[in-house]
Amino acid sequence: MSERLRIGFIPLVDAAALIVAVDKGFCAAEGLDVELVREISWANVRDKFNIGMFDAAHLLAPLAVASSLGIGHVKVPVISGFGLGVNGNAITVSPDLHAAIVATADGDVADPVVSARALARVVADRKAKGQDPLTFGMTFPFSSHNYDLRFWMGAGGVDPDEDVRLVVLPPPFMVESLASKHLDGFCVGAPWNSVAIDLGIGTILHFASELFQRAAEKLLAVRASWAAAQPEVLLALIRAHARAADYIEDTANRDEVCTLLSTPGRIEVTPELIRRTLDGRLKVAADGTVRGSDRYLLVGREAAARPDPVQGAWNYAQMVRWGQAPLSADLLGAAKAVFRPDLYDAAVGGTPDLPSTPADGIGECTGGAFDPDDIAGYLQKLQIKR
Amino acid sequence: MDRSLNIVIVDENPVRAAILSEGLREAGMTAITQLEGTTNLLARIYQIDPDVILIDLENPSRDMLEQMFQVSRIVKRPIAMFVDQSDSASIQASVDAGVSAYIVDGLKKERMKHILDLCISRFNAFTRLETELHNARSALEDRKVIDRAKGILMKAKGLTEEQAYVLLRTAAMNEKKKIAEIAQSVITASEMLK
Repeated sequence: MSERLRIGFIPLVDAAALIVAVDKGFCAAEGLDVELVREISWANVRDKFNIGMFDAAHLLAPLAVASSLGIGHVKVPVISGFGLGVNGNAITVSPDLHAAIVATADGDVADPVVSARALARVVADRKAKGQDPLTFGMTFPFSSHNYDLRFWMGAGGVDPDEDVRLVVLPPPFMVESLASKHLDGFCVGAPWNSVAIDLGIGTILHFASELFQRAAEKLLAVRASWAAAQPEVLLALIRAHARAADYIEDTANRDEVCTLLSTPGRIEVTPELIRRTLDGRLKVAADGTVRGSDRYLLVGREAAARPDPVQGAWNYAQMVRWGQAPLSADLLGAAKAVFRPDLYDAAVGGTPDLPSTPADGIGECTGGAFDPDDIAGYLQKLQIKR
Repeated sequence: MDRSLNIVIVDENPVRAAILSEGLREAGMTAITQLEGTTNLLARIYQIDPDVILIDLENPSRDMLEQMFQVSRIVKRPIAMFVDQSDSASIQASVDAGVSAYIVDGLKKERMKHILDLCISRFNAFTRLETELHNARSALEDRKVIDRAKGILMKAKGLTEEQAYVLLRTAAMNEKKKIAEIAQSVITASEMLK
C-alpha cells in the first residue's frame, strides 16, 4: 500500500529535487504517492504546513529555524533530513546603481567587500544630496535573501535598517519593480535574476556563493511530531529525494531535467533559463556577459543535501545580529536541531564524502571562521548589528 | 461589535471584497478600506493605520504583510497574524475558506474571532456563488448546444421540435450520457458530413 503525502512548494529552481522525485517516479519507487501543491507565498506554505494540510514543505532554511524557535509566528518544531539546495541566490541591481557602484569602487567590484564599500559611498552621496534612500527587495523576513543583502551591506559599512530601505516583495513583482524604478536592487533565487537580465533591466552584481561558499537555502521540512509518528515514511521520503538529487546532478540528464522542471504546474519558465542555474553559467548583464561558478547552486553534490547543524547556528546568528531573536543557548540548540544529518545518513545508508572546504562549513567572504558554539564572539566582531 | 475598528481588505477579486465589506458593514463596522495592487502596498496600509487587515490566501502580497511583524524603522505599529493556538479548528476553517487575518498587537482575541468567523462565512458564500454561477453558465451553454442539435435533426429527418428532443433524450438514456453530450456529437457529426 502506498503512503499518500501532500507537499507544498514555491516554483523556484531549488524545488528541483521535489519535482524530479515525484515526476521521475523516485517517490513511487519508495511506496510514496506524493501530490505536489504549488503555492503563491511563503506565508501560505508555512500556514498550511503548520496546520497539517501539508505533510512536508519546501521551506526557506531560516523560516524552518524561525518556526522551531517560535519567532515571528507560532512555534512549530520542524526538522529536516534533506537539504533541497545550498546557495542559488544572486544580488541584482539596476543599471544606474551598477554604474554608480563601479564608478566609486576602489578595486574590482567582483569582490563583494569592494562593491559594498562602493555602495556605502553611493549611499552617503545620496544622503548629502538629499535624495531618497536606495530601496532593495527580498522575499521574506526569515530568508537567506534578507540575510544575504544585510551581510553584503554590513561588510561595506552600510546599515540595512538605517541607510537603505529593505522591503519584502513577491519575486515576480520584484522584476516589475526594478523596471519601474521602485526598486534599486534585489536579492532573489532562480530563475528571477535571469528574468530581469533577459528583460535588460538589471545587472547581476554578486552570486550569493561569492558572499558565502555554503549557505543552506531550502529544506525539505517536516514537523517534528509528524516525523516521530512515521519515522519509516520520512526515511523513504529522504531516500527518494537523494536519488532525485543525484539524477539532477548527473549532467547527462540535464536536458531532460530542465524540460521536466519547466512544465506547466511546476516552475513554468523556459528550460534554457533553468539550465543556466543548474549549470552555474549565468548571463549577468544585458550585453550578454556570462559569469560562471561551480557552486552557484548545489543540489546534491558536495554533500549539499546532507543537513548541517552549523547552518542552523549560522542562520540563528543572523537572526540575533538583526534583532529578530534574542541570544540564548537554548535557542541556539533548537536552531541546530532543525538540521538532522543523522536522518540523512540513516536513509541513504552511510555518510557521503564531506567537502574539506570551507573548513567552517560557511566560508564568509569577509574571512574569519564561524564557530557554531560561539555566537556572542561572532557578533562581537561585527560593527553593524542591532 | 466595536464600530471604531479600522479594517483593511486586500483582495484582488473586487466582487469578493465587496461581499466581505458588505458583511462587515452589516455587522456595524464602518471604517473599511479595500486595497488592490502591490505598488507601495505597505505604505498605503501604514497611512490607513488599520487595526485589522484581511487578505485572501491566493494573494502573493501576503509575504509583504509578514514584514509588518518585524520590529524595524519602517513599521509603526507591529502587526501580528491572527492565530489563536487554542482554536486550531478556526484556523483550519479560515485556510480552507482562503482568508487570513492580521491584527495590531493588543487587540482582544474575542473581538477578532467574531470578525474572522464573518470572513470565513463570506468567503465560503462567495465560493458557493461562484460555483452556482459556473453551473448556471454551463446550463446555458448546454441549452444552446441542445437547441442547435434539435435544429439539425428537425431539418435532416423532418421532425418536430418535440420529436427531435425525444430522439436526443432516448439516445442519451441508451448511452448513459448527458443530453448535451449527445447533442454535441450530433453537431460534430453534422459538421463532418457537410
